[in-house]
Amino acid sequence: MSQPIIISASPHVHSSKTSKKVMYDVVIALVPAFLVSLYVFGFSALLLTAVAVISCILFEFLIQKYLLKTEVTVADGSALITGILLAFNLPAGLPIWMIVVGSLVAIGVAKMSFGGLGFNIFNPALVGRVFLLVSFPVQMTMWPLPDGITGATTLGIIKEGLMFGNTMTDISAQLPSNMDMFLGITAGSIGEMSALALLLGGVYLLIRKVITWHIPVTILATMAVMTGVFWVVNPESYASPLIHILSGGAILGAFFMATDMVTSPMTRKGMIIFAIGIAVITVVIRLFGAYPEGVSFAIIIMNAFVPLINKYFKPRRFGAKIKSKIV
Amino acid sequence: MLKTFPKGGIHPPENKITSSKEIKRMKVPTAVSVPIAQHIGIPAEIVVQAKEKVAKGQVIAKSGGFVSSNIHSPVAGTVTKLDLIIDTSGYKKQCIVIRTDPKDPSNFEEIELPLKTDIELEPKEILQKITDCGIVGLGGATFPSQVKLNVREGSKLDYLIINGVECEPYLTADHRLMLEKAEEIVVGIKILMKALNLQKAVIGIENNKKDAIGLFKSVIKKEDGIQVAALQVKYPQGGEKQLVKAILGREVPKNGLPLDVGVIVHNVGTIYAIYEAIQYNKPLTERVVTVTGKKLENPSNFWVKIGTSIKDLVAEVGGLPEGTRKLVNGGPMMGKAIKNTDVPVTKGTSGILMISEEEASRGKAENCIRCGECVFVCPMGLEPHLLMNLSEKGFYEKASGEDIMTCIECGSCSYVCPSSRPLLDYIRFGKNIVKKLETSKN
Repeated sequence: MSQPIIISASPHVHSSKTSKKVMYDVVIALVPAFLVSLYVFGFSALLLTAVAVISCILFEFLIQKYLLKTEVTVADGSALITGILLAFNLPAGLPIWMIVVGSLVAIGVAKMSFGGLGFNIFNPALVGRVFLLVSFPVQMTMWPLPDGITGATTLGIIKEGLMFGNTMTDISAQLPSNMDMFLGITAGSIGEMSALALLLGGVYLLIRKVITWHIPVTILATMAVMTGVFWVVNPESYASPLIHILSGGAILGAFFMATDMVTSPMTRKGMIIFAIGIAVITVVIRLFGAYPEGVSFAIIIMNAFVPLINKYFKPRRFGAKIKSKIV
Repeated sequence: MLKTFPKGGIHPPENKITSSKEIKRMKVPTAVSVPIAQHIGIPAEIVVQAKEKVAKGQVIAKSGGFVSSNIHSPVAGTVTKLDLIIDTSGYKKQCIVIRTDPKDPSNFEEIELPLKTDIELEPKEILQKITDCGIVGLGGATFPSQVKLNVREGSKLDYLIINGVECEPYLTADHRLMLEKAEEIVVGIKILMKALNLQKAVIGIENNKKDAIGLFKSVIKKEDGIQVAALQVKYPQGGEKQLVKAILGREVPKNGLPLDVGVIVHNVGTIYAIYEAIQYNKPLTERVVTVTGKKLENPSNFWVKIGTSIKDLVAEVGGLPEGTRKLVNGGPMMGKAIKNTDVPVTKGTSGILMISEEEASRGKAENCIRCGECVFVCPMGLEPHLLMNLSEKGFYEKASGEDIMTCIECGSCSYVCPSSRPLLDYIRFGKNIVKKLETSKN
């Protein structure tokens, strides 16, 4: 026979889904939110995102090539996503050197020191953000508004108002309308503002089967129920569930951060437990903690539980413990 | 809602390009090479010598033990040699080479056997005849049928399931057989029902073969106790455990057999072979083979004599197409890649598939991104990524504890993995070692 024949074990065909396609689907899903940030913040959003993306990719390249001396895999798209997500979690106008430091922590500490793609325990973008938040609390909570002055986020206004003994009725005059929050005309990190744009991207990910409904829906539903209970009991001291869902990066976190494959559980059961944990911790931080918002911390804390969840919430083995023999 | 199995499964492109091609009879080859190990179990013992004349259908190798099977001569002719020939497993195996006698009329009289519905043999005689005629499972596993039918007294057997699923992409051998021999297959089912004293049988067919479902529904109208179950299209529904679960909702226990939940499963091809054995005393010396591939000139289904060289089959469909990079004995999901076409067709050859470069080459294995797809699609509820890791790192005891031995090697995990990781390769490797460790312990 003239032609070389490949001998390998079955299966001999493969689905067309590749890691790269998965990564680029996530990038596509983030485009609507990026467009909104461009519309609201203009050049500063572009600069922020560009700096974060370029430094994430560059750090991964440098670390792989010169420090670890392994194969360079920056083309897989994962560093690109980390860069975009990090930028989306930062306020517009953040000094460039801080963005670079955040990227170094995200890629260098949270990802590469654990072994690179697939081995990191914590979501790299969130580690970068939280590092910046606890290191530079002032700059990280200066939220430029569309009209050029800086203001507080919705949850920040509420937290501060309640701390000074005001009621929700007093506070609500300073809050953006629910519709403004839904569309994204509010203060916040550049990518977390527009619920509409993020939901569009989330639906795209669901349709493309990059994510399943389990994590995002469970997080948002659990948050709504928990904050709803407090709100019904005492609407003067607690914000409505709608405000909680539309603000503070809940939707960004639920659809794009918590669903990160590497740092979320592998079974459907595990995903639900993981998502409930995120929602509970978020609500506890928001209602009783010092920080006005808690999605980032909640996701990072639950990331730490993922190996345990994977160990104890295994898929049911076929043929194990049969309930009824004859149907 | 059509029935299916609940956990896992995938939907690979079906590519059933030969489903409307009637089964043609391959011309009798000038020589056949018949391996003596065509079934699972002990190889048969050769009972002929070189230069001996054999008649068509004569036993040339006798069953070598309890799990073994007789092998018959597919042609009338002369044994030229007993030789070691590479078979579909890739290893050299003992074969009986027979030169066809071009003057013997029995080689060329391929009369269509008329339908014979009266079942004269008694249960004991039926089982004996199945043993004598060398019937093995034709779905691919080639398990000797008489062993499967050897039901102990007192077992609560109540269902016969006929596997007409053919969930492997490309293959259409069972589909065509069902369309062309429906009445014979129903008689075959009745033969087994009589032999096993069963009142109920179900034929499971996937919904991409609507013509076969319709045909069987009309054929069984007058039959008591035989049903047709139309099933959702989902791979690997042809797996015994998945099929029993899909049709009856019964779950075969871990490490158990369908018999543990009162079921025996047989492939439609096997049922047809049993029909011919019982009604016409015809041993298993030929089978339907789908010869297919996207680039073939004329992909077709054939009645092929066991021992025919795959080279002849490939020539019959217009030769190996340019750019063929893989030759597969069987379907693309579970078939075996073979090195060249100098390999004989055996009782287990359901198809010959020729795959081109794009389809055959695997992507480069990348890091696991822990997406969980493999866990989601595993029909056995296993965690393929974990089993691969444990096998790769040598934690065989742990792999055994994670139920590695229950893997049915359907390949769904490797199929879906977006990082092209060789999941099933490592799981097979791990299974082999776990099996060795377990036997050495006992």
